Amino acid sequence: MIGSRPEMLRIIEEARSDGWVLEPAAKRLFSLAGFSVPRFTLALTPEEALVFAHEIGYPVVAKIVSPLIIHKSDVGGVAVGIAADARLAETFRRFEALEGFRGVLVEEMISGVELILGAKNDLQFGPMILLGMGGTGVEIYRDVVLKMAPLTEKEAPVMYRGLKARRLLEGYRGAEPADLGKLAQTLLLFSSLVMELEGQIESIDINPLLCSSRDCVVADARIILGK
Amino acid sequence: MDLKPLFEPQSMAVFGVSASNYRHPANEIFNKNLLRYPVRVYGINPRGGTINGQPIYRSIAEVPERIDLAVIAVRADFVPEVMTACIGAKVRSAAVISGGFTEVGRQDLQDRIVAIAKEASFPFVGPNCLGIYVPSLVDTFFLPGERMVKPAVGNVSFVSQSGGILVDQIIKFTGEGVGFAKAVSIGNKAMLGETDILDYLTADPATKVIAFYIEGFGEKEGREFVLKAGKCGKPVVVIKSGKSPEGGKAVSSHTASLAGDYDSFSAALSQHGIVEAANELELVSFCESLSKYAKPIEGRVGIVTVSGGHGAMAVDACTSRGIAIPPLPEDVREELRKYLSPSVQDIAALTNPIDLTGSGIDEDFVATARIFCSREDIDCVLALLLPYVPGVTSDLGAKLSSVARPCGMPLIAYVPNVEKYAMLIEGFELNGAPVSPSIEGAVLMVEALRRKRP
Repeated sequence: MIGSRPEMLRIIEEARSDGWVLEPAAKRLFSLAGFSVPRFTLALTPEEALVFAHEIGYPVVAKIVSPLIIHKSDVGGVAVGIAADARLAETFRRFEALEGFRGVLVEEMISGVELILGAKNDLQFGPMILLGMGGTGVEIYRDVVLKMAPLTEKEAPVMYRGLKARRLLEGYRGAEPADLGKLAQTLLLFSSLVMELEGQIESIDINPLLCSSRDCVVADARIILGK
Repeated sequence: MDLKPLFEPQSMAVFGVSASNYRHPANEIFNKNLLRYPVRVYGINPRGGTINGQPIYRSIAEVPERIDLAVIAVRADFVPEVMTACIGAKVRSAAVISGGFTEVGRQDLQDRIVAIAKEASFPFVGPNCLGIYVPSLVDTFFLPGERMVKPAVGNVSFVSQSGGILVDQIIKFTGEGVGFAKAVSIGNKAMLGETDILDYLTADPATKVIAFYIEGFGEKEGREFVLKAGKCGKPVVVIKSGKSPEGGKAVSSHTASLAGDYDSFSAALSQHGIVEAANELELVSFCESLSKYAKPIEGRVGIVTVSGGHGAMAVDACTSRGIAIPPLPEDVREELRKYLSPSVQDIAALTNPIDLTGSGIDEDFVATARIFCSREDIDCVLALLLPYVPGVTSDLGAKLSSVARPCGMPLIAYVPNVEKYAMLIEGFELNGAPVSPSIEGAVLMVEALRRKRP
């Protein structure tokens, strides 16, 4: 992570005027820091989107990229399971009409248990790490565990063991269990990244972090910068 | 900074005493310390005069000995001047009782006294506080002594941002027979905050349990506090107010919304083994229990009672907190049955909870406690007592404790708290076993031992 630090700080500096790091840049940052991210591109035209989709193969996910849209699903800015050119082109045109349009993020479909991995720079306690059941309903279910960063190796597994969603991760009703070692590793990596960026950030959402038997992948991310 | 002069002063100066206005708070502080405490106390007022037959000194410079603790209860605007004079006279510490600082928007005035004190490494609590209370030693509370309860000397120390909460809890703890080592109201905590006091109490041999009432921390102050409290080696119990999220605060990320101020507070505490009390009942129960027993348990309780209903309520309270009630195996039940008195033998329920029925007598409790002590899968005895049952006597506390203590098993009792049963209650408490006035409270006492990290 140390070697990529200047590049990460540059991504943050570039996002300063928007107040937050948008998804494509946030994914680059997480990738630089050693996290798994899906194969993705930022397409500025429908043609670019189609070329990339052909390259990685359908189905793909398309998401609006706009500095004015923090919660993409709220405005219909996320389309999953796109399986054909016509649908992708049509989705692109629909997103173009949304406010602040800067392009469309096209990426491969990943499956796994949806988690949220987040950080918040708390006034009284400094950097805090949050792990929970992810998805768009996180604020309804509130199945989360919080800890002060940095996490110790012992604390990382304690976090997911404290979730109700623990059973989903351990292989609920015949499903394959998620790679819990990889999840613990992802938590520790996130914790050190958060400590490193402490002075820059207000909060981070990785939602979802998709955990399967193969990997834990940052499927969406935003970094809200400190004022 | 040495806080010993603040908490254990030999000599004390009270600023602001009045020869004419007998109701002045400083007069109350002066009088109670003069009449009831060993500390040597001097009243100070530029106008001079006498108070309670003692001369009022016109300035700190005139006082004939070096002062450990200055109690400053003058108008806020005069505090910087008084503090400077104290530092000039080599006074060792101060409690600034006066209000009129940040709480009324006078950040400037508060900054001034902090700057003065910091430059001279002069420790003070407050402003806008009640100061220090150490049973049998010193009391800077301006409350008339005859209106206060008299807390016993004990081993719980209490640090409170609010003076009102502190006094109220002193009264309530005293009602439950919990004694104090030190109590301090830190008010605006301009110089000395929770973490500084924690450092002092960690090293204080008289303090076994440290309790805090906290409204909030300054920037990163919470982090420093939990890191220190987690390592201090003594149980730390915290009760927090201001838990509700601020309305209308715009939150842009899910994490910021899910990790609100209080969520973070609570998580950081539990991460570092600090016990959070959700309410007053938890606070007093946790403190009492932790002040009696130092060794942590896993929480596998043997329950003995003379009422099936009490047993059932205790089981519910235990189960909801994850405390186990291991059943006694058949052979152990038969062994226990042999030791029980004839009138109980055939009717007692012996699975755990053990219901000795209304015919139970002291010796049946003792026999049951002996069996609990012999069990590897039980690590705590919970006795639910109904003093109106004919066979229960006021000697039971001493008898049960003489069984539980040698086998190293914490004994916790429930007895209804009415004056009539005081002898039974004291029988437990004088033998080192905590007593709660509610079943829920008694289970909380078990819970406290389970949550404590060594």
